[in-house]
Amino acid sequence: MKKILLFVLICLFNTGLNAAVKIDITRGNLEPLPAAISDFYLDNPDKFSEKLKKLNLETNLPKVIKNNLKRSGLFYILDKKSHIQKPKLSHLKPRFEDWSLIKAQIMISGKIKIDEKNRLRVEFRLWDVVSAKEIEGLALFATPKSWRRIGHIISDKIYQRMTGEEGYFDTRIIYVAESGPKDRRIKKLAIMDQDGANNKFLTLGNELVLTPRFNPTSQLVTYMSYFKNLPRVYLLNIETGVQEIVGDFPGMTFAPRFSPDGKKVIMSFAKDGNSDIYTMNLKSRVVEQLTSHPSIDTSPSFSPDSRFVVFNSDRSGFQQLYVMRSDGRKVKRISRGKGLYGTPVWSPRGDLIAFTKIYKGKFYIGVMRTDGSGERLLTENFYQEAPSWSPNGRVLIFYRETAARKKGVGASSKLWSIDITGYNEIKLKTPSDASDPSWSSLLSK
Amino acid sequence: MSLKNIKNLVLVVLLGFLISACATSSRKPGQDYYTGSDTVKFLASGVPDRVFFATNRSSLHSGAKGTLNKQAAYIKSSGISVVVEGHADERGTREYNLALGERRANAVKDYLMSQGVASSKITVISYGKERPVNPESSRLAWSQNRRSVTVKSK
Repeated sequence: MKKILLFVLICLFNTGLNAAVKIDITRGNLEPLPAAISDFYLDNPDKFSEKLKKLNLETNLPKVIKNNLKRSGLFYILDKKSHIQKPKLSHLKPRFEDWSLIKAQIMISGKIKIDEKNRLRVEFRLWDVVSAKEIEGLALFATPKSWRRIGHIISDKIYQRMTGEEGYFDTRIIYVAESGPKDRRIKKLAIMDQDGANNKFLTLGNELVLTPRFNPTSQLVTYMSYFKNLPRVYLLNIETGVQEIVGDFPGMTFAPRFSPDGKKVIMSFAKDGNSDIYTMNLKSRVVEQLTSHPSIDTSPSFSPDSRFVVFNSDRSGFQQLYVMRSDGRKVKRISRGKGLYGTPVWSPRGDLIAFTKIYKGKFYIGVMRTDGSGERLLTENFYQEAPSWSPNGRVLIFYRETAARKKGVGASSKLWSIDITGYNEIKLKTPSDASDPSWSSLLSK
Repeated sequence: MSLKNIKNLVLVVLLGFLISACATSSRKPGQDYYTGSDTVKFLASGVPDRVFFATNRSSLHSGAKGTLNKQAAYIKSSGISVVVEGHADERGTREYNLALGERRANAVKDYLMSQGVASSKITVISYGKERPVNPESSRLAWSQNRRSVTVKSK
């Protein structure tokens, strides 16, 4: 990761407790909180180079924050045109009546300057308009080209202050970028910021690549590739671009994920037609077989405390979800409803398992508790699958394909996200068709 | 309405039911494998290159075994090596379909071996749902995509 953030917390005026406004995100059907995001102002514009001035950070940095908060579904961002007070005074001496007048309950102001070391210094303040006081104030430093990350970190701070939960904006999404006709799809690994910016391709598209997953602790990604027509699990270092095959398996390996400490890859290995779950320690290269059953065992996912693994097996005759201890013992079925279940993935909070369900020809994204109770289906579609959790366990990202007419006309594949309350279903912007998304953990961790 | 009109209406409705009953596929689960000849290519003259499967199944029906008998005879007599590809339709999750394709390809490999083909002559590869032969989203296309194809090794 580029040496981006020198993160310095300067708490300017932390009132701490008892803000008059708060958001409870466990409730469904929320009334979004009316929020005003003032343009920021440049404190020492003469120190900004021409190139830097062209970035218009005073409007574009708050725009990053606005888009994040708006897309969370929890905030209603008031139109800038209605703002009465100017950015500088809003930051230094806000007139709360002006903000109250336009019905804002919170207001965000900010100041941007170039410091003596030529770093960007961004100071923001979160104001409670109703109680007429400051909720939070922080300053962040970074190299100028990382200005978007500052916007994401500020968004996370605001989200955290208002909901009590960690945010998910300073994250990236890795996915498969798709193009070409449906029967000869070209697939490339791609990575982008969670808001769609900075999209980059990581492979060339010469071979099929599938199901990339982030390592929670490093710059490694694991995925499956048909390089040299041998379907296997690989590791890719995002920074260096180096790709390396995982282990020395004499058959197809697929469905890889990392263990929560990032030290192992867990995956399926198909031998003589039968797929079982294996782990491999990346350092010692020791391979452990976790399931040994003539059924298909795949899509394994560790619990965040590493003690359990949830996986997909058809040992009952049909695809269902099972939980076992991480040594392979005590396998227990957890899915209970009618239909087929697949792609289980354990929430980073440990409390829920998300999955894909197929019933009567329709595809559903759902969540259930880790013992299989409390199954809730969040969205139904012709075809959708493979949910991945935001790092705060509140949002799921997945992909959806449209039905194709003759010769594959009309087929398209896009990334979507939905809150676990079932609300706020949004399509993500990608430069081409997309599938198999995976959400990183917070970059600043 | 006059009596004649009512009688005509009833006839039309009954005819409608009859037609719709014929149009819907009434294949039982476990038997919706493709039995047509579209998309079928040939390994050699008179030797079809593929067999088809029912939804979620990897079992070989008698027609499939007939095709594989011909394939086995040809492979043995010509001495060629083959790659057996396993495929699945799009109506399943991606990872499970990779495993299902592998199971289907191995079912074919096992059968070819039971007919005397040496295992060293057969490599297996699963493409899951990644390479449909018919990209349409229809029951017919899906049944054509649930297949195992035998190709000459390069």
